[in-house]
Amino acid sequence: MIELRGIVKRFPGVVASNGVNLTVHKGEIHCLLGENGAGKTTLMRILYGLYQPDEGEILLNGKPIRISSPRAALSYHIGMVHQHFRLVPTLSVAENMVLGLDEGTGPFLNYRQTYKKISQIAEKYGLIVDPRARVWQLTVGQQQRVEILKALYRAADVLIMDEPTSVLTPQEVGQLFSTLRTLVDDGLTIIFITHKLDEVMEISDRVTVLRKGKAIATVNTPETNKAQLAELMVGREVVFRMEKNEVKRGERMLVVDNLHALNDRGLPALRGTSFDLYEGEILGVAGVSGNGQRELVEVLTGLRHATRGRVTLEGKEMTNRSAREIVDMGVAHVPMERKTMGTVPNMTIRENLILKSYRQRPFSHGMFLDNKAAEENARRLMNEYQIMAPSIDTTVKVLSGGNIQRVVLAREFSGDPRLIIAAHPTYGLDVGATEQVREILLAQRDRGAGVLLISEDLEEVMTMSDRIMVIFSGEVMGIVDAEGAKIEEIGLMMAGERKQGVESASTEVA
Amino acid sequence: MGWESWVISTLARALAYGTPLLLGTLGEIYAERSGVLNLGIEGMMIVGAYAAFVVTYKTGQPWLGVLVAAVVGGVFSLIHAFASITLKANQVVSGLALTMLGLGLAGVLGRPWVGLPLFTPFNRITVPILSAIPIIGPGLFTRQCILAYIAMLLVPIMWYILFHTRIGITIRAVGDDPATADSVGINVARVRYLCVIVGGIFAGIAGAYLSIFYRPAWTAGMTGGIGWIVIALTIFAFWNPVYGLVGSYFFAALYFLAYRMQNLMAPSILKAMPYVFAILILILVSRGTLQKRMGAPRALTLPYTRGEE
Amino acid sequence: MQAPKWLNIERRPIPSGRTIFAVSILAIVAALIVMGIFFATYGVSPIRAYGSIIGGALGNWSGFSETLRRMIPLLLCGVGLTIAFRALFWNIGADGQLLLGAVAATGIALFSGLPGPLLLPAMFFGGFAAGALWGVIPAVLKVKLGINDVITTLMMNYIALYVVLWLIHGPWRGPSMRGYAYTDMFPLSARIPTIGQSHVHWPTLVLGIVLAIIAYIFVNRTRSGFETRVVGENPHAARFAGISTLKTVVIAMLISGGLAGIAGVGEVAGVHYQLLDPTQISMGYGFTAIIVAWLARKNPLAVIVTSFFFGVLMAGGDVIKVNLGLPYELINVFNGVIMFFLIGSEVFMNYKISIRRH
Repeated sequence: MIELRGIVKRFPGVVASNGVNLTVHKGEIHCLLGENGAGKTTLMRILYGLYQPDEGEILLNGKPIRISSPRAALSYHIGMVHQHFRLVPTLSVAENMVLGLDEGTGPFLNYRQTYKKISQIAEKYGLIVDPRARVWQLTVGQQQRVEILKALYRAADVLIMDEPTSVLTPQEVGQLFSTLRTLVDDGLTIIFITHKLDEVMEISDRVTVLRKGKAIATVNTPETNKAQLAELMVGREVVFRMEKNEVKRGERMLVVDNLHALNDRGLPALRGTSFDLYEGEILGVAGVSGNGQRELVEVLTGLRHATRGRVTLEGKEMTNRSAREIVDMGVAHVPMERKTMGTVPNMTIRENLILKSYRQRPFSHGMFLDNKAAEENARRLMNEYQIMAPSIDTTVKVLSGGNIQRVVLAREFSGDPRLIIAAHPTYGLDVGATEQVREILLAQRDRGAGVLLISEDLEEVMTMSDRIMVIFSGEVMGIVDAEGAKIEEIGLMMAGERKQGVESASTEVA
Repeated sequence: MGWESWVISTLARALAYGTPLLLGTLGEIYAERSGVLNLGIEGMMIVGAYAAFVVTYKTGQPWLGVLVAAVVGGVFSLIHAFASITLKANQVVSGLALTMLGLGLAGVLGRPWVGLPLFTPFNRITVPILSAIPIIGPGLFTRQCILAYIAMLLVPIMWYILFHTRIGITIRAVGDDPATADSVGINVARVRYLCVIVGGIFAGIAGAYLSIFYRPAWTAGMTGGIGWIVIALTIFAFWNPVYGLVGSYFFAALYFLAYRMQNLMAPSILKAMPYVFAILILILVSRGTLQKRMGAPRALTLPYTRGEE
Repeated sequence: MQAPKWLNIERRPIPSGRTIFAVSILAIVAALIVMGIFFATYGVSPIRAYGSIIGGALGNWSGFSETLRRMIPLLLCGVGLTIAFRALFWNIGADGQLLLGAVAATGIALFSGLPGPLLLPAMFFGGFAAGALWGVIPAVLKVKLGINDVITTLMMNYIALYVVLWLIHGPWRGPSMRGYAYTDMFPLSARIPTIGQSHVHWPTLVLGIVLAIIAYIFVNRTRSGFETRVVGENPHAARFAGISTLKTVVIAMLISGGLAGIAGVGEVAGVHYQLLDPTQISMGYGFTAIIVAWLARKNPLAVIVTSFFFGVLMAGGDVIKVNLGLPYELINVFNGVIMFFLIGSEVFMNYKISIRRH
């Protein structure tokens, strides 16, 4: 039994954990439910020894323990499966298993024994992978198996799973859940971090709800329901549906025809993707991450070369134009990596707001920049998009995630773009910011822009979109109207089942 | 002169001049594999050369000179380790500073020793039996330094450690993905410190080789840019000790051939050739996906702070 | 956190200008103290050593002129390096670019046959072009092929060095130099005017200061400067915004290499009046300029101050060599120590450090 008492953890500017109490019984699946930023991951990083609490204590079977490092956590048989896998991609599966371990053989390795041990665990829990494969060669689902395997290899009997389903297809989720049940039947304890209510109801024995760094309540799962949990999680009644205005779909604007592209490893990532996008509509792209979404976005924004196929915007050729030309054609891009790509963190808000328009009037005259115009622009947009910052000359680095995203949106939408490509626009944002971002996107659609919305959050895709397109392995599995779309149908398509009547693009290649 | 004597002298000089390159490269491979670029090789080498010369001169013991050079090189590298790992300073600037400091210190401290002859340099050894092999014998096993063979022996050892032991997995993990290494309880800073020190020790020994064997005397700036060649060699060895050996001897042979062919071409132009070749080789290997596959440490030059990936 | 438990290191959001200035001054003072200890162990009173450095470099005209002479190449190279560093390009090759500038100037001075009044302008232009060319090659290699800039610029230093050696030993060896490895002396019309009998070729100094101001305007007020900063701060964002990394880095290195080339013109046409041994032409200006640019925190205007400071150190180094019998290599030690304190001090700028009380 693990008990956390009065855990407090402060970071500069935020209290991530504010006196959390949590008790986890042996042999249960205990869900930690909360929104992004509620302090779930921080709490578990404390339990795993990655952070030290500023206050509070941890008890294992009634005895207070100090977990100074992940190694110490493992010595107490606590293991963690991180949201972003903790695997060294260039090492093999077996090498990742033994990394950091002392197995009594000094510096030397006994691979035969390692392979044997891996296959024993793997067979017992249905976690089959090739121990010789390099991690970067594995699919995301396989990598997660390696992560679980790694914790078990280290004799963990408490397993912390940090949002393990966010990268899986609904079918893979089922497989994961059955593995977890086998583990619990075997006497292991699982702490399962999530913000998805369905998962809590399906998998957990008990659930603790976190909100703003505090544990709000712990309840037995059979004695609760989704509505109650949602209210606990958000602190008020939740509106699950966005209010959407009725907009008449306009002309066809973006035509993507039989698009092919390679990923960073040089393997086919887009394999004959075709679709149309109309004025005044949001086309949501659903799919498990890593099925070509990134490459699609990059090809459409001029950041990646298409090997075949054609893209036209309002009849104008857009295929393999440079990023600059596409920017100048009026295409807005809200990138997934808002800190590493969408902004220059060390530059000011004022400068970030002209990141794309600096070369046009009124921000530059000839070769010189007009700082006055940039200032005016920054004042106006900060006001319009409610960017909270001390001044226009604050560096973007110090802003919160929501404010950084507001900077990005303000810049991208200020020129009234025709086409908007938004990748994971609400990822990692709090509820307030998420709602605002969604409203802004809807307003753009109402104005008549075409919006391509890529998101891993299926709920977001379903509430925001007019039509939903599912891609799998770089191909379109089907496009359905959001009105009346069934989640089961979409789930099947996400797993690679083609909608009836949709032909494989790769077979027609000859 | 027949072709045999060309081959023999080329082999002999490649081994003699390639040894300090190889020693330096082996050390730098370890430092960079752990994620720390150390541009201070030249500086560590010269303080090693100075220390080795002084100790050997005073005691008459070349081995003691080598030992002290190794220690001095290792200690000297700590400055770079502290700056780049603990203080998270820019590794390029810190490494350059180490080179300046080393060249300066050795120049200042070594001034009284300039021009003194060393009476007890390493003996030239001729390996029995092996030296009787035609061409290879006189080329590689006649009148060489024991350190040349030690360096050669170190290659498979360093390779084995890096790719087939727990230590090697740890080093590569730290250089590729320090956050993951940290998450399994590896002390990233400690591994990096140790690897930088290994680099310092090897550079120190390379310096000793120069001052108590290759040119048994002390002159300021006697490392003559070898440290910079090592930096280049490390890259086109793809951070692999075995290719490091190939690269070092190849480069040394090139250098010698430049010297030998000076009646065909101006010596200055020939001396520039190795550097031209270094760039050309970098251009050649940069093409294709080779580079990604062959193991450039992904976290090279990036300081690691927990929770800041 | 890997620091000892009693140390608390937190990232500081943005260091203010005042913090940067105070920390830099403190770093220099700390380095001077360490060097003082070094002097003391060498048997020279630190006060006397610093006294002679300052007195020698600033106390009289001949010392001061020596300071200015050293400052000129440091200023030109340093200003260029601030631009390269802004674009995140590690130009370690200013020495080589300087030498190439000197070569071009020499070629034009001795062999172009241009009429007198055109000679100097042509030399400056040619020196700029040659240095720029030498700087652009590694820039293209880095952006197009991903080849490490540190390595290529370093290697190209050596190639430049041997090019100069080849020229002065071979095709350009001066017939009037009695077999020595120099070129002939430049004609009078190819010599930059100096102040009195000193080596202060003032037109180059004025040019350097003007270029520092232009570089400052370039960085902060122009489109290209904006692009340079974006590329240097976040290459991904640059790609995203449609900024060409190739064009930006090439422009930065045109400027950086070109200014180093002009410094080379100044050395041969303002000081030596001939092409001679490369170590006599450059004396490590390119490397020292890295510290100059770094100390100036990549601000071209601040380079005017920092290059003067290092001019004092170099001129002072000559003085203590003569007056106190200290080796000239002390300057290298000095540079190394200052550089370490400088980068060490950055931790105090970017991180807030406090001692943890329990």
